[in-house]
Amino acid sequence: MTMGANGSVRNADVGWGGSHRLGMVVSGSLTEGMEVRLDADTSIEDIKVGTFVNVQGQRMRFFGVVTDVALASMDPSLPASPPDVSNPFIRSVISGTAAYGTITVEPMLTLGGGDRVAGIDEPQPAKTIPPHFSAVGSATDEDIRVVFGSEDKDDRYFWIGNPLDMDTRLCLNIEELVTRSNGVFGKSGTGKTFLTRLLLAGILQKDVASNLVFDMHNEYGWQGTSEGATSAVKGLKQLFSSKVAVFTLDEESSRRRGINPDYVARIGLEEIEPEDVLMLRESLNLSEVAADATYSLQREFGQKKWLGTFLEMSGGEDMRELASRLNVNDRALSTLQNRLRRLMRLPFIDAEKSHDSVNRILDYVQNQDMHVVLEFGRYGSDLSAYILVANLLTRRIYARYQQLTERAAGDSAQSPRPLVITIEEAHKFLNPGIADQTIFGTIAREMRKFNVTLLVVDQRPSGIDDEIMSQIGTKLTCLLDSERDVDAVLSGVSGSRKLRAVLSRLESKQQALVFGHALPMPVVVRTRDYGSAESYASFGWRDEGERLAMAERDAADLF
Amino acid sequence: MSSEDVNRDSELRLGEVVEATTTEFVVQCYELYTAPALGSLVMCGDDNAIYGIVHEIGTRSIDTGRRPIARGRDEDDEDAIYEANPQLSRLLSTEFRALSVGHTADGSLRRWLAPLPPRIHSFVYTCSEDALREFSADLDFVSILLSAPISAADDVLAAFLKMASDARSNSDEFLVNAGRRLTPLLGGQMQRLDGILRRIAI
Repeated sequence: MTMGANGSVRNADVGWGGSHRLGMVVSGSLTEGMEVRLDADTSIEDIKVGTFVNVQGQRMRFFGVVTDVALASMDPSLPASPPDVSNPFIRSVISGTAAYGTITVEPMLTLGGGDRVAGIDEPQPAKTIPPHFSAVGSATDEDIRVVFGSEDKDDRYFWIGNPLDMDTRLCLNIEELVTRSNGVFGKSGTGKTFLTRLLLAGILQKDVASNLVFDMHNEYGWQGTSEGATSAVKGLKQLFSSKVAVFTLDEESSRRRGINPDYVARIGLEEIEPEDVLMLRESLNLSEVAADATYSLQREFGQKKWLGTFLEMSGGEDMRELASRLNVNDRALSTLQNRLRRLMRLPFIDAEKSHDSVNRILDYVQNQDMHVVLEFGRYGSDLSAYILVANLLTRRIYARYQQLTERAAGDSAQSPRPLVITIEEAHKFLNPGIADQTIFGTIAREMRKFNVTLLVVDQRPSGIDDEIMSQIGTKLTCLLDSERDVDAVLSGVSGSRKLRAVLSRLESKQQALVFGHALPMPVVVRTRDYGSAESYASFGWRDEGERLAMAERDAADLF
Repeated sequence: MSSEDVNRDSELRLGEVVEATTTEFVVQCYELYTAPALGSLVMCGDDNAIYGIVHEIGTRSIDTGRRPIARGRDEDDEDAIYEANPQLSRLLSTEFRALSVGHTADGSLRRWLAPLPPRIHSFVYTCSEDALREFSADLDFVSILLSAPISAADDVLAAFLKMASDARSNSDEFLVNAGRRLTPLLGGQMQRLDGILRRIAI
């Protein structure tokens, strides 16, 4: 350490693992964060909101995050009569001393005793703050590994991206992640799909659960689109071909895109239940009375035949008679019929017989330990189709999981393989009006009891029921503009005021605020690169030439 | 720095202390007009040296009742007056006041007031560059200077810092660090700080 003329310790190694000294703690509190005065030779421009710092207390080491950056001056008259800063000498004297920078650091974790080797103790939430004049330094790679875990040491961790301005790999505990429902939020074009694809790839790579993806825009299965220079990025099937099955509702579209789907899914009319219609209330513009009438229709015509029979009914006298029998308005009933006939026009709806799409999915997921991506082809743009299919399949899958779990009660080895269901436009499934009635609401609330969790992808989180939002374990949030959306994402999170400042300053691409169950503290990440040859290689993918070379090497080894 | 290290060469001897308190001492120079420049570091005493910074210099008649009178009406230049009136160098004397800023005790240098003032007739020496560098290596004493009841303390400080920086190879770095050291001492007096910095910036 070197001493400057003003007696302060100049930028130097503060004595632990290459950390670069930034300043010292001068005031603060646990609730409001610590105020750190920057050293004269620390440039305020080098410190960004969201970066990590460590603070060496007397006995403990603290790990914190910068939540605010400010300018301060020693003399209250300085702003009114600034010194002659055109003189470089005067500027270099004044800046950092009479006029200096401060940062607010939120203490997040304590990393064990200062005299012990880092990494022995698990990081604990900070319940106190370091004393006055504690040295504050930039976080080191080792700090990040201790706090967030590392892929090298523990296979449960998955590299999601890098902290701001650092090259260290920042990891999520993916095993913990899949035990809760999770959410990826962000306005359109901020990288939700990339982030989701990354999470799905992580779940696949670490083999902690099976995925079922309701792929609205055909982004995840074979090939996705990118706004960057490379217009196409590899989907899950290309990276993990032996582990992923692509199902499609629109065979023609899939084949046009050069995909040979593993299964063409169809839905029998008799598989549709009143609850599915309830979900479609908004997209089909049905009144509440009309939607509720479906339950009466089911009672009237029976469990399986109700919809088919109802849709075949001609109008006129029959309809009026039915209306009076069910005690509903006959206008409402005929509107319902008209609107539901739209569903009949969807080619994947089969009026004749039911299909076992659910069993096929379960067979892949349970028996073959595979992952299923259900492509919607052209029907992705039809919200009714998406909601109907996702809801219908999920309800049955959930029921099956419930049975399997109950059968395995008391024997955890028998319990079904965890399943993560990915849905897009989640606010259509989880809005406050229907969240307590739909299967997605149930899954989000009951969480992992039956080994089924959700990965909701949405650009309008304010449209999701509060109760559901509060049950979401880990939230990955890209840039959000609307106040209401930000409120919704941060509701119930401690320190939300400071996170709000961080969230509103995210870059519009490749940056996300991640917080919740799967990691010990909120963090801004620069999302891991996805789309380049190196990024594919990091998932274990090899191109044709490399595969051939490997095969030859293996053959040579064998013989 | 121990007192033995200091070069007590008689060539560097300036004069003797003629008046002393704990905070400052007055030195009468042996020769007329040989006072060190404003802001110079001087030292007095033999065993336990006391350091002072020159903050006021004056030349006046030795006999306070006899004011000098103008004598040069018929001379061509100022030096000719002194040549024509050799008694002047006996009737006038140059004195300077030095603010006590440090002392040596037990062989070590301390940058605060000495417990006792120097004796009258203590010899006063100008400090060598080495001594100046060593003394100014730490600026603990500038608070004495800034708060002293003397006129033009800022000019004295600026002059001292300039001399101390000139005695160094890394003079710019020294001045920046010195400025940073002054800043907290002059908290709330930004204009005063600005003034000092402007003087040493040149």
